Amino acid sequence: MNSAGSKPRSLRARLNLRTLVRGRDARIYAVLLLIALAFPMVAMFATGSTALISQAGHAGTFVLLAIGLNVVVGFAGLLDLGYAAFFAIGAYTYALFASSQLGSSPLHHSYHLPFWLMIFVGMFVAAAAGVILGFPTLRLRGDYLAIVTLGFGEIVPQLSYNLPQWTGGINAIGGIDQPSLPAWITGPWAGANGISIIQGATCRVIGSAKSFAPCFSFGFDPIAYYVLVLIMIIAAVVLVGNLYRSRLGRAWMAIREDEVAAAAMGINTVTTKLLAFAIGASFSGFAGAYYGASIGLVSPDDFLFIVSITVLVMVVLGGMGSITGVIVGALAIYFVLNTFLPSLPPTVESLANTVGLGSLNASNGDWPGLAQETQRINFLVYGLILVLMMLLRPQGIFPSRVREQEFKHAAVQEDEAAIEAAHSS
Amino acid sequence: MSVPDFGFYIICGVAAVALAIQAIAHPTAFIQISIFGIADGAMYALVALGYTMVYGIIELINFAHGDVFTMGAYIGTAILGFFAVNENSFTTINLVALLLVFPVVMLIMGAINIGIERIAYRPLRNAPRLAPLITAIGMSFVLEGVMFLWHGPATVHVPDLLPHGPGFQTTIGGVFIGFKDVFVVVTAVVLVTLLAIFINRTRLGKAMRATAQDRDAAQLMGIDINRTIAATFFIGALLAGAGGMIWGLYYNNIFYNLGFRTGLVAFTSAVLGGIGNIPGAAIGGLLIGLISAYSDYYIGSKWTEVVIFGILIGILVFKPTGLLGMRVPEK
Repeated sequence: MNSAGSKPRSLRARLNLRTLVRGRDARIYAVLLLIALAFPMVAMFATGSTALISQAGHAGTFVLLAIGLNVVVGFAGLLDLGYAAFFAIGAYTYALFASSQLGSSPLHHSYHLPFWLMIFVGMFVAAAAGVILGFPTLRLRGDYLAIVTLGFGEIVPQLSYNLPQWTGGINAIGGIDQPSLPAWITGPWAGANGISIIQGATCRVIGSAKSFAPCFSFGFDPIAYYVLVLIMIIAAVVLVGNLYRSRLGRAWMAIREDEVAAAAMGINTVTTKLLAFAIGASFSGFAGAYYGASIGLVSPDDFLFIVSITVLVMVVLGGMGSITGVIVGALAIYFVLNTFLPSLPPTVESLANTVGLGSLNASNGDWPGLAQETQRINFLVYGLILVLMMLLRPQGIFPSRVREQEFKHAAVQEDEAAIEAAHSS
Repeated sequence: MSVPDFGFYIICGVAAVALAIQAIAHPTAFIQISIFGIADGAMYALVALGYTMVYGIIELINFAHGDVFTMGAYIGTAILGFFAVNENSFTTINLVALLLVFPVVMLIMGAINIGIERIAYRPLRNAPRLAPLITAIGMSFVLEGVMFLWHGPATVHVPDLLPHGPGFQTTIGGVFIGFKDVFVVVTAVVLVTLLAIFINRTRLGKAMRATAQDRDAAQLMGIDINRTIAATFFIGALLAGAGGMIWGLYYNNIFYNLGFRTGLVAFTSAVLGGIGNIPGAAIGGLLIGLISAYSDYYIGSKWTEVVIFGILIGILVFKPTGLLGMRVPEK
């Protein structure tokens, strides 16, 4: 009798939850978009410099990466521990064909292809690498993919260290072309308030290394890159959101939940997994081309294992499978790594001065000084944040609504099992 | 024989022929490199055993294990600081320190690893697969952070207290063998033998094998799962701690993120031998040590990492069960 009474109530509760959660995603998108639009103005007003905007543009790269990795890890449930390798492939594809690097390589001819073309070439090259790596391994058990990608992620930066005649090695590839638009695109934003978009610049004519034409170059203007990355993120969110709701998206989730059952339902698991892997890699290639253009320098140091781990942590902490979750997760982790942790040493130092422990600030024998010691603690703090976040909220900050239901469902089942056990004993 | 297997044997064959040609052309250099490789491989094997045991029992790639290894070396060095060891000649104090430092370091590391399991993995045993992986990475950062806080980014000198110098080395036909090389291999062999006896002969070892095979069934048979898993972490850390100490005594230099690369290489060894398979991990470690020594010498040390991870990918593509692994059905 008790169970008969509680069943419809929990169903009602679940339905309510579903509408609530659907509304939640829309609200998060709205808030994020508002913040994204207001951020450059507020940052310019508050600090008077574009440093924060340039950092936000950099953070945008990681948002793109997290959205892409979410397709692989969150939707299809494949563990990719070498995502930075695809990022590197995208960045190097752009850097090699949009700088003078290949001129000093055995090819003796440099290419300067336009950014707008290379961004898609980068996508396709990264996706192709994903297919080549994924095809033999995706037939195997899930964990093996993690290990293969881990190895691949170690090999790619090592190759770029070891082949300096092609990739510049440790010296990196510099002087990468900036994106440019035709000269007639000069909006009201150009040249205002010290924004440094180069007006009347000259850019290379496509396909020719020597002739130049007037154009509208991005230069090193952070606001231009900020707008660019924002447009790319919006495009990525729309694309991935549609994929999530498509037949393919449902197939991914079926595979994630139970591969054998999905195969029995007629899903071609190898092709479906390969598509997830390739699409995830293509986003990373996309982000790589943007990264190369916005930083102007591509070095193997930017694609080490730690980058793969950071992006994975963004996805898992944000909430696997939830697009809003991974965006928030990416921004949160980026903030912790690039703003919070670096700001600790000066804060602690001034705090020590205020409370009268200023003597701790000087280095003394084995003691390296308070600021130095706090800087050393960064690793520890990052690790503790990871462990604590996972222990307190293993489903992530904003889990996808489907997964949240699964968690609730599992909890309900556990409760029922516990009640049954209590009754029977 | 399937096509992938065939490809695997061809690659192995080509590599073996190339090595054999080198061995015949310059036998002294080849044997010398092999000895270095065996010593390295013995240390990789000790770390790889921890990876393979933990993976076998809870299917977790324990990223913190490499740092447990390094931590062992750090703590061992701190303990050796209490002794007036002599780096120039082998005194009684050196012997006492050596006999004392190994069990102490091993026990401390075992306790630390049980703590890690208790805090970071046990609460997440029923969480999604990725959650414990992230906490493992987090624990790895925590351990590295502790070591970084302790000694900073510089390398730490480990006292060179093993017998070395003219009296403790020999040259046989141009091949140099030091006491250290012998010490490393003998210690590793003794530890691996003890582990094999433990796993195969004791009740707890049997419980571990049962839990690795089927956790639920083992629980139904009355095995205390939590205790068995904790014991696995304890034993893995005993070996890793000993491995770290041996590494420190052999190379006399350690640094805070040594465990990252060593851990990945050891993990590759475990995969090469067949993950979850204990003799496989020992053999895999030895092979990876040899391969990396050959690659250092014949190809160039900057390519060693590419070779090792290329092997990792090749093994998984062509022979996913590893050398000694058995086919595991999809659960």
